[in-house]
Amino acid sequence: MPFLNDLFVNLSSWIHGFLAHFLPLWAADLVMMLFTIACLIAFAVTTIIFINWLERKVIGRIQDRYGPNRVGPLGILQCVADMIKMLTKEDITPAQADRLIFNLAPVMVVVPTFMVLAVIPFGRGMVAADLNVGFLYIMAVSSLTTIAILLAGWGSRNKYSLLGGVRVVAQMMSYEIPMVLSALGAIMLTGSLSMVSIVAGQSRVPFILLQPLGFLIYLTSAVAEVNRAPFDLPEAESEIIAGYHTEYSGIKYAMFLLAEYVNAFIVSAIAATLFLGGWQGPLLPSYIWFFLKAYAIYFVLMWLRGTLPRLRIDQLMGLAWRFLVPLALVNLLVMGLVITLTQRKGLFSLVLVSLVANGLIVAAVVIIYAFAIWRRRQVKVTT
Amino acid sequence: MQRVETGLRTETITVNMGPQHPSTHGVFRMIVTLDGETIVDLEPVMGYLHRCQEKIGERNTYLQNIPYTDRLDYICSMSNNMAYVMAVEKLAQIEVPERAEYIRIIMVELTRIVNHAVAIGALLNDLGCFFTPMLYALEERERILDLFEMASGSRMMCNYMRFGGVRYDLPPGFMPELKSVVAALPAFIDEFERLLTENEIVLARCQNVGVLPPDMAIAYSCTGPLLRASGVNYDIRKVDSYSIYDRFDFDVVTETNCDVYDRYLVRIGEMRQSVRILEQALEQIPEGEVSVKLPRVFKPPEGDVYHRIESPKGELGFYLVSDGGTNPYRYKIRSPTFINLTVLPELCKGHKVADVVAILGSIDIVLGEVDR
Repeated sequence: MPFLNDLFVNLSSWIHGFLAHFLPLWAADLVMMLFTIACLIAFAVTTIIFINWLERKVIGRIQDRYGPNRVGPLGILQCVADMIKMLTKEDITPAQADRLIFNLAPVMVVVPTFMVLAVIPFGRGMVAADLNVGFLYIMAVSSLTTIAILLAGWGSRNKYSLLGGVRVVAQMMSYEIPMVLSALGAIMLTGSLSMVSIVAGQSRVPFILLQPLGFLIYLTSAVAEVNRAPFDLPEAESEIIAGYHTEYSGIKYAMFLLAEYVNAFIVSAIAATLFLGGWQGPLLPSYIWFFLKAYAIYFVLMWLRGTLPRLRIDQLMGLAWRFLVPLALVNLLVMGLVITLTQRKGLFSLVLVSLVANGLIVAAVVIIYAFAIWRRRQVKVTT
Repeated sequence: MQRVETGLRTETITVNMGPQHPSTHGVFRMIVTLDGETIVDLEPVMGYLHRCQEKIGERNTYLQNIPYTDRLDYICSMSNNMAYVMAVEKLAQIEVPERAEYIRIIMVELTRIVNHAVAIGALLNDLGCFFTPMLYALEERERILDLFEMASGSRMMCNYMRFGGVRYDLPPGFMPELKSVVAALPAFIDEFERLLTENEIVLARCQNVGVLPPDMAIAYSCTGPLLRASGVNYDIRKVDSYSIYDRFDFDVVTETNCDVYDRYLVRIGEMRQSVRILEQALEQIPEGEVSVKLPRVFKPPEGDVYHRIESPKGELGFYLVSDGGTNPYRYKIRSPTFINLTVLPELCKGHKVADVVAILGSIDIVLGEVDR
């Protein structure tokens, strides 16, 4: 098993060693960097082909139908066929569109997506760049997507696109806050922003046991952050056609699609890293564990998409500002208290106290919610 | 407090929703004036699917009109058949055999279930479900359409009813199949309800949206589930009973909150009541003739007639004027969704863009019938 465990790490150092034979060291490093980048991009593209197929299959099952089953075994080549179709389609720029912005947006939306992949630890030692501000980098880079999508909505000169673009800005800016606040719990527990250290910090117990509430807040805001159902308002088909990418076709549309699916996978991967222990796990090689966890979370996203209707824009903003942000703040405060109180008390007491604290918060929320419903009923009776 | 002058100027935008739009259920156009996401004004534009149905009706003989009624509301062709043939029967005073009456009731109530299931599925699509409720509804609809195919030879454009009865008697094997479909329906409705009725997002999106007060509903001549969800107990099957509806025991479903959610509840309730009617009809259906012999050249006497039925979408009426010839002199259709749709601007003002499609979905329109 050690061979399989470190397969990719060994491969990479072997190639590096091979190059160092006839290249100066700096050149070998440079080639290795470019090689890693190429690998990540290739990985992203293959991932979306697989994820797209998986999603169609799973949602097909949810809806009592087969899903794609014509192209290739089990329809697995369907997405390849779709990609070919999209790449060969006519590339239309609307006459009224702002050409520069319109053409720039699809590129700008894809680049940050690939950049985020650099700091995600896919397995033991399998990280392109172990930044010590890894999480900060992820948040900073991924918020660039917002600008790109706003550009797409603005540049298309289409009212539906504009509405979609405006919705994106409102939604992504609002949900970044609870997302970061909930992730801060994991960062407080490890005392580091580096994704690698966060995974290392979960060698004994995954952080989901210490802060289930933080995990739920993170998952909710992550779904909203990548515009997936039930928070897919920016591209709400039944309301605003396709939102910001209404006017896009061919390869530019494919780029939006690519960014969307890769982003959805990335937030699942980050959730797996921050809360489920990343690549940590017994028996199986580390990268297999990582993908199992990431896909488990991605499965939840598919499940939501197959089940739930969409929220309205004011309800969406209300959920972020009136519910998730206060809850995340309380959670953060309580986690800080718990960590301080249980310092040097051992792992068991940390887990116990955190679970009790989380339970208390949930109980408080339930009581407040029940009270609100009760109040509403009372008002209804009197009127 | 002093208002900060930002120098920003805001203006409303006008968006043409439709005629090509995923949520207009066909080619319907709404000119929507938006202030941000809020609806300031909405103007429905109809007529993109106008096919001169009424003029064609004057050209056709009475019998030739039956297949044209199929194409009005293409989800409930059986109800349209029934409204038209009953109008002609009233005009020519034709008695219908008892078995034919029962077959008609069975077909029309099955149509009601199909229509309501599809209406709820479409409403949920408009609310942003990724087709799951719609596909569940269509799956049940398939079984009912199979029954229609057994009886009439066609799944959607049934063209099944004739003056004085129905075209064919039920084929062997129909009744057992019908029994199994009817027996499975309550479970289907329960499943649908488990998925949707208590769903937090459905509640948030539907409650207190598109409130139609009872007086406004009456003022706009709304009928069908739209009216009953506003708390008005008005069902033509009860208030102006036709065919043999007086023999069945069923309730009129009404709700009192007048919003999109109550229209959903009324539809669910009506599906359950239709199952009740079907169960009774299955027990009572007699043997016998299914049609009467009519002269080959059918000429009803001079006069005019209006007959209305409770179609799944509301009051469907046919007004016929006969000059004693083979063709109607005037053939007028009172289509429920066209009249229900006139209330749309009132319901939408002040709501968000997302609510417009929900309200439109809750009115349950089929453009074939709106534009005729």
